[in-house]
Amino acid sequence: PLICKFPLTAPSFDFASDRRCTSGDSSSTTTGSASPVPNSYESLEGGSYSGTSLQSPPAGVPAKLAPPFGYNYPTMHPAYQQNPAPKPDPSPSHGGYNPPGYQPYSQVLTLLSSALGGLGGVSELEAETLRPVNLLQERNILPPKRAPPPEPNLSNDLRKVNCSPDTFRCTLTNIPQTQALLNKARLPLGLLLHPFRDLTQLPVITSNTIVRCRSCRTYINPFVSFLDQRRWKCNLCYRVNDVPDEFMYNPVTRSYGEPHKRPEVQNSTVEFIASSDYMLRPPQPALYLFLLDVSHNAVESGYLNVFCQSLLDNLEKLPGDTRTHIGFVTFDSTVHFYNLQEGLSQPQMLVVSDIDDVFIPTHDSLLVNLKESKELVKDLLNALPGMFTHTRETQSALGPALQAAYKLMSPTGGRVSVFQTQLPTLGAGLLQSREDPNLRSSTKNVQHLGPATDFYKKLALDCSGQQIGVDLFLLSSQYSDLASLACVSKYSAGSVFYYPSFHHIHNTAQRQKFQKDLQRYLTRKIGFEAVMRIRCTKGLSIHTFHGNFFVRSTDLLSLANVNPDSGFAVQMSIEESLADTSLACFQAALLYTSSKGKRRIRVHTLCLPVVSQLSEVFAGADIQAISCLLANMAIDRSISSSLSDARDALVNAVVDCLTAYRANGSNIQPSGLIAPAALRLFPLYVLALLKQKALRTGTSTRLDERVFSMCELKSQPLQQIMHMVHPDLYRIDNMTEQAALHLNDSVIPQPPLLQLTAEKLTREGAFLMDCGSVMYLWVGKCCNETFIRDVLGFPNYASLPSNMTEIPELQTTYSERTRAFISWLYDFMLTLTLMQLFFSRDDASTKTSFFQHLVEDRTESAFSYYEFLLHVQQQMSK
Amino acid sequence: MAFTFAAFCYMLALLLTAALIFFAIWHIIAFDELKTDYKNPIDQCNTLNPTVDRVKKIKRVRLALKLVLPEYLIHVFFCVMFLCAAEWLTLGLNMPLLAYHVWRYMSRPVMSGPGLYDPTTIMNADILAYCQKEGWCKLAFYLLSFFYYLYGMIYVLVSS
Repeated sequence: PLICKFPLTAPSFDFASDRRCTSGDSSSTTTGSASPVPNSYESLEGGSYSGTSLQSPPAGVPAKLAPPFGYNYPTMHPAYQQNPAPKPDPSPSHGGYNPPGYQPYSQVLTLLSSALGGLGGVSELEAETLRPVNLLQERNILPPKRAPPPEPNLSNDLRKVNCSPDTFRCTLTNIPQTQALLNKARLPLGLLLHPFRDLTQLPVITSNTIVRCRSCRTYINPFVSFLDQRRWKCNLCYRVNDVPDEFMYNPVTRSYGEPHKRPEVQNSTVEFIASSDYMLRPPQPALYLFLLDVSHNAVESGYLNVFCQSLLDNLEKLPGDTRTHIGFVTFDSTVHFYNLQEGLSQPQMLVVSDIDDVFIPTHDSLLVNLKESKELVKDLLNALPGMFTHTRETQSALGPALQAAYKLMSPTGGRVSVFQTQLPTLGAGLLQSREDPNLRSSTKNVQHLGPATDFYKKLALDCSGQQIGVDLFLLSSQYSDLASLACVSKYSAGSVFYYPSFHHIHNTAQRQKFQKDLQRYLTRKIGFEAVMRIRCTKGLSIHTFHGNFFVRSTDLLSLANVNPDSGFAVQMSIEESLADTSLACFQAALLYTSSKGKRRIRVHTLCLPVVSQLSEVFAGADIQAISCLLANMAIDRSISSSLSDARDALVNAVVDCLTAYRANGSNIQPSGLIAPAALRLFPLYVLALLKQKALRTGTSTRLDERVFSMCELKSQPLQQIMHMVHPDLYRIDNMTEQAALHLNDSVIPQPPLLQLTAEKLTREGAFLMDCGSVMYLWVGKCCNETFIRDVLGFPNYASLPSNMTEIPELQTTYSERTRAFISWLYDFMLTLTLMQLFFSRDDASTKTSFFQHLVEDRTESAFSYYEFLLHVQQQMSK
Repeated sequence: MAFTFAAFCYMLALLLTAALIFFAIWHIIAFDELKTDYKNPIDQCNTLNPTVDRVKKIKRVRLALKLVLPEYLIHVFFCVMFLCAAEWLTLGLNMPLLAYHVWRYMSRPVMSGPGLYDPTTIMNADILAYCQKEGWCKLAFYLLSFFYYLYGMIYVLVSS
């Protein structure tokens, strides 16, 4: 029997379990074939469906479920209501999100929780997170608001100074003492990092000596202990160090002799201005090179206009100083360079047609000082879109152009932004089409998720060595083998953007997304020639890194460029027992050169308690972080092994964890699917992951889109991933000021989160779905006219246009309230989000993309949430 | 007592196996160096200023990783020799390793040049641990086969 599991940590890869793993393929095929499905969403529009009723299943839902489960779909609702517990006990701890009709809380379960051991001394908070939940009965599993990450169980002083969970998060906020305990919990241990996040408040420290541990080189942080005035003990390696004289003086309070009041010791996120010890060479200037595809295909899509306009608008805002350099290279079947030397009357184009051995025609004037040659750069940007309008060149020599860029940039390093619109067809790195469109919706194995050639990877490694980061913008309508192309960004710490079927006129939504992304991309902060090192308490060690970078050594990432929108994940393992310590600490130090040419070190330190009880490990589980880490592991698995393996491993992660939990409180055999409250969203998130473009099977998914989704899951920060995987759904047409937030002088209503199921949509309402990078507004047919008039600015439903992308600024309280809410959501994400509005009668593409996010519903080839729970239960009983 | 082709094969294999043992040791050291890199505090403070020492080490590791292909070739070479000498038992004993080498090379990451290790995944703890284990197993295998060849050589020399 084949068992597909993630090796949660290296030494513990466990083949011992004899539970057979049902292939995700076979199960999804059977469910798929059992349904001659009328899509349940269609029925929604049909009007026969009154969405709020719990009793009536959607009209279009197939009456029969696939054989392996033996449950009929219609029994779902009675099953939810049946109460297996002998003594219902409506507990107040349920909070507001349990409708009074349900009484799933039972005596048995309370007994179970007390049987879980160690509960006598645990805090109330922990008891709440350990409260057993019968998933099969708890229908409204979502909290009314997006749940904040769990607070580590630390003393108040430590908690106050601990690193913000937005920056640094651990999957287990209670670190298990030993690897054996971790294995018992069957949860992955890892960190999720967003190290270069835009921060509103950041203590910057300039001092001659940066105080670090002499042995492990940890930066001094709030969690070290001062033995006396002159000595401190490192919290990672426990070495006792001297406090240097300079550190005795506190610049903030201007007092002497209070080392523990220094900003380094008061804040867990600080930035140091580094001295020349931290430089290998003088800090490089900001250097930007744009590599533009100008073949026929590119001109046709019209991206050049958008790009040039956007760059013209943001030329002043490019991060940098007086040394900032900029350059342009365009390519079709040849590579074109632009001489922008100050003093020329107009830009000079130099064509290199020898793409087999590409060379740099002139050395000093291709990358020019932006300040000195601004006029020429503007001329070029104005002229560029018109220069190639009549081109007949359909070939694309991306490989040679990248080699040219590498040669051009290698003396200094910097950022290369590549805009590509088709499959590279000439020169080194040419690619063939590998996608078979007939297999897009196959449930069999998806192939070609890995690169076809190592050209791009090698180039990326060369670039990384010369501190060049490559960002890829792919704007193509056909297959362009992103799996191969993305390598160029993956290993040079760049970012990947993908705009399928981009066209500047026919596809306004994509154009606007491209514009907004560009706006953010060009103006966001950037760090050059960066390295990031992650240190952790002795006994813990780093197992695997996830994200875009090159791993230089076991704990050192080399990042040619670092940007505020990229996140990293780290898998950890426990090599030695942590029994003799009560706190575990993690420190991420990012050394980079700012766009102003300053060498800086940003240090984040996270401190977490160490526990010895299994129940405490469960209590401290951070389900969002766990899901993100699992997503990263699943993607690695799908590339190294196969997609179905990865899917099975995800399901098994849930099954194993819930089995472990059940085994832990084993003196009572409860019926149903029991999970601790801290993990009650685990099955939901895993189901949502399985329905992501990256990991789904059975639904038609283009290979490039799948690969792009994988890239996103691997390189985005946690918040973004969670919004992508499990978006927030709100009903916004009836928001009241009840329970509203009052920030500054604006009132922000707080509508409750809705579950992602079509059941929650009503034709009378308007629903907003926040997917992080995109927002959808779904307006029902019978939505009240006041909303459409006062918020959307149209007289009635019929007059709504199909391609609205902004909420108009109307002077009504209704509109103000709605906009306040939406901009409050924006603020959470920090990045610019595009608003996509669409209505239920509209074109199929946006509608599908809206409905595919309703992860709790059943689709032709995937489980509904309830079916998934039954599947998990069935697997557990094997 | 006569000097047959089989005896010659064993002698050659003996010498080559000595070389392979050397390779295996080098392999183990290289992966150990990769793994324990960060535990060396002197290196650690100089991550940005690669010292001469570090550069030397990188070169050493690189060389060790390049020795993989010669190792495979040497092993294939004396397997062929044993085939020619009709030493079936010895050939049979070497078959599993031969098959493993073929499988290992077939399932290597996408690469344009020769080679086995991908710099982007080599630091993954699973792969590092696997490679280290592989090194130890091979070392044991080569040591055992070294003595076996010694025995085989003497046996062939004496019996003929």
